[in-house]
Amino acid sequence: MREIYLDNSATTRAYDSVGDLVRKVMCDDYGNPSSMHAKGVEAEKYIKQAKERLAKLWKVQEKEIFFTSGGTESDNLALIGAARANSRAGKHLITSSIEHPAIINTMRFLEEEEGFRVTFLPVDKYGRIRLDALKAALCDETILVSVMYVNNEVGSVQPIDEAASIVKAYNRNILFHVDAVQGFGKYRIYPKRMKVDMCSISGHKIHGPKGTGALYIGEQVKIRPVIYGGEQQKNIRSGTENVPGIAGLGLAAETIYTNLDEKVASMRNLKAHFIDGVRKIDNTTIHGLYDETSAPHIISVGFAGVRSEVLLHALEEKGIYVSSGSACSSNHPGISGVLKGIGAEQEYLDATLRFSMSEFTTKEEIDYTLDTLYNIVPMLRKYVRQ
Amino acid sequence: MRFHTFLLKYGEIGIKGKNRYLFEDALVRQVRYALRDVDGEFYVHKSQARIYVDCDGEYDYEETVEHLKRVFGIVGICPVVRMEDRGFEELKKDVAAYMDELYPDKKMTFKVEARRARKTYPRTSMEMNRDIGEAVLEAFPDIRVDVHDPDVMLHIEVRDSIYVYSKIIPGPGGMPVGTNGKAMLLLSGGIDSPVAGYMISKRGVGIEATYFHAPPYTSERAKQKVVDLAKIVSRYAGPVKLHVVNFTDIQLYIYDQCPHDELTIIMRRYMMRIAEHFARKDGCLGLITGESIGQVASQTMQSLAATNEVCTLPVYRPVIGFDKQEIVDIAEKIDTFETSIQPFEDCCTIFVAKHPVTKPNVEVIRRSEEKLSAKIDELVDKALETVEIIEVK
Repeated sequence: MREIYLDNSATTRAYDSVGDLVRKVMCDDYGNPSSMHAKGVEAEKYIKQAKERLAKLWKVQEKEIFFTSGGTESDNLALIGAARANSRAGKHLITSSIEHPAIINTMRFLEEEEGFRVTFLPVDKYGRIRLDALKAALCDETILVSVMYVNNEVGSVQPIDEAASIVKAYNRNILFHVDAVQGFGKYRIYPKRMKVDMCSISGHKIHGPKGTGALYIGEQVKIRPVIYGGEQQKNIRSGTENVPGIAGLGLAAETIYTNLDEKVASMRNLKAHFIDGVRKIDNTTIHGLYDETSAPHIISVGFAGVRSEVLLHALEEKGIYVSSGSACSSNHPGISGVLKGIGAEQEYLDATLRFSMSEFTTKEEIDYTLDTLYNIVPMLRKYVRQ
Repeated sequence: MRFHTFLLKYGEIGIKGKNRYLFEDALVRQVRYALRDVDGEFYVHKSQARIYVDCDGEYDYEETVEHLKRVFGIVGICPVVRMEDRGFEELKKDVAAYMDELYPDKKMTFKVEARRARKTYPRTSMEMNRDIGEAVLEAFPDIRVDVHDPDVMLHIEVRDSIYVYSKIIPGPGGMPVGTNGKAMLLLSGGIDSPVAGYMISKRGVGIEATYFHAPPYTSERAKQKVVDLAKIVSRYAGPVKLHVVNFTDIQLYIYDQCPHDELTIIMRRYMMRIAEHFARKDGCLGLITGESIGQVASQTMQSLAATNEVCTLPVYRPVIGFDKQEIVDIAEKIDTFETSIQPFEDCCTIFVAKHPVTKPNVEVIRRSEEKLSAKIDELVDKALETVEIIEVK
């Protein structure tokens, strides 16, 4: 059966070139970058190269890049490390109410275990943080603000530029962190220009290896490590570097940004085409914005009267892979906090699927998906719990 | 302390008259099966109405005991220290050393229970009891003898070498699997059915299972959960042949044709029919369900009667009189609970009516089923043909 993968916000297929490189580093150039001999030096070169690649894409210095085990660890290091290092200046943190659990739950940890106070900002009906609420939340005690670049469930793009300006205008010592896991590889992100102090990314969302991530930490940022060990990466992130993963992440980042504009334009066309098609089905809704101001790859569709899990499995039977809500939170049955946050109507809360594309998605795949939906949705609506 | 042998005590099967060897052989077979994946060399044999597991090489004590505790038929597991026969004086010293190591705190009572399989041993059992008891008393001033209700019963068995043991780890009891035929378990993924399978298997019955899935309404993970449950049951029951039946079309057809509040009952009648088909095909002697009176609408006395009447094989419901918590307690003991509570929808709940019938009238249900006559046989045949068989072990 054919496979149509429309769950690219959960994870992506790695580029073949990334797979080849990871294998080469794992099996041939397998040295420990901390070793003094030539094998070690050779391994270190891969890390250096990955740093160069990211530094170029972000327009930051190589020494401001740290490698982690993924987006979640990057977020944990940024929040916990910066909160602890700056707690003398204040104990107030701000984030949004529609962040990924890697942020929300880390913030809750800081609140419950470490005595910080956290404000969770509300969002508008399109899933964008309310800047007036941000202004109102800032206070003398505030030391850190964290806002995501692109929301993973509905694809809303956050006003990072404006938010960072507001924060820095209030007090330039307040740190600003961006969780760019869903935005990186779709947008050109320049932390320094946006006055962003820290920025998290993940390898496997950009056709790189799972278990890889990076965190930009501006050199001005005071931060403490979260894990302790052999003092690798300037003692900010101990542990032998995942050299194959880091090499793969670097290559994936460089590859995804090659011809980025064409790739994004193609995804935008497909998104518009898909939305036109979905609208032909009665009683559906597109959550959030779907114009040029929304992420090019995420489409969140509510199908009234169809349980999302059932529709998901019905599509799966036709070889189409999608998510209900967000894959990261869909192991926990329960209603998406983001959909509630944007005020989605009750009938769509448990009836929403997320379709997420990649540069490899084709028009033909979208058409096949639409045809399948035209067949399945009316059938599923016929059989419901009474 | 290093134990060289496990002496396995079995209860009921000791009294089975001329068939006893069948039960013992089955137990030996089940013990071998239980230990097949445990690291180490185990020699399982029976001798003079006892079963021994000799383990002379390296082995993991905890893991071995854990696996033995799952073998139905075993009442007690006694870890034995084998001592070379170097004369009675040496034996007294060795036994004192054994007591010292196994019971660092000597504030307890004990009794020696000697037994001679080798009758040429130069002391009688009575003399051994007396002299070894004395030696232990002399060695440890805090220890006391109590011949009626001792804390520690110190067994000394004279065989080719001398077997010393004093601990009895409780086994699961029951009878060795394979001594009582096999039965077909309707396995749903909930808490009750794995417990039901365990309980019937405990009486020596081998287990096959049938699971009904309803894609796309139930997921691949729900199916995997059932496979996982069957795997846990197989730790006790031995290999489980699992039949995975695609029930979607039957379910939707019932939905189309029958009153909605009767959906669950009619569905369950077809489940019983299908499970019985596979049961007969494989020589199972009965069906097993995890039903408990009144737990849900489909388990009232009337509902049970309505589902029961479609079966010709006996239906065993070992948890029929149990409260939920009692079932949960067993599920926790046998380690199925954590798996059972994973939140995946099963096919019984997807279309369940808000107010299903709780007192179905069998006549009414039969009439409703007549509305299915056009297509149901074809759909059932298709479900039987497309069954997926998974050998779980």
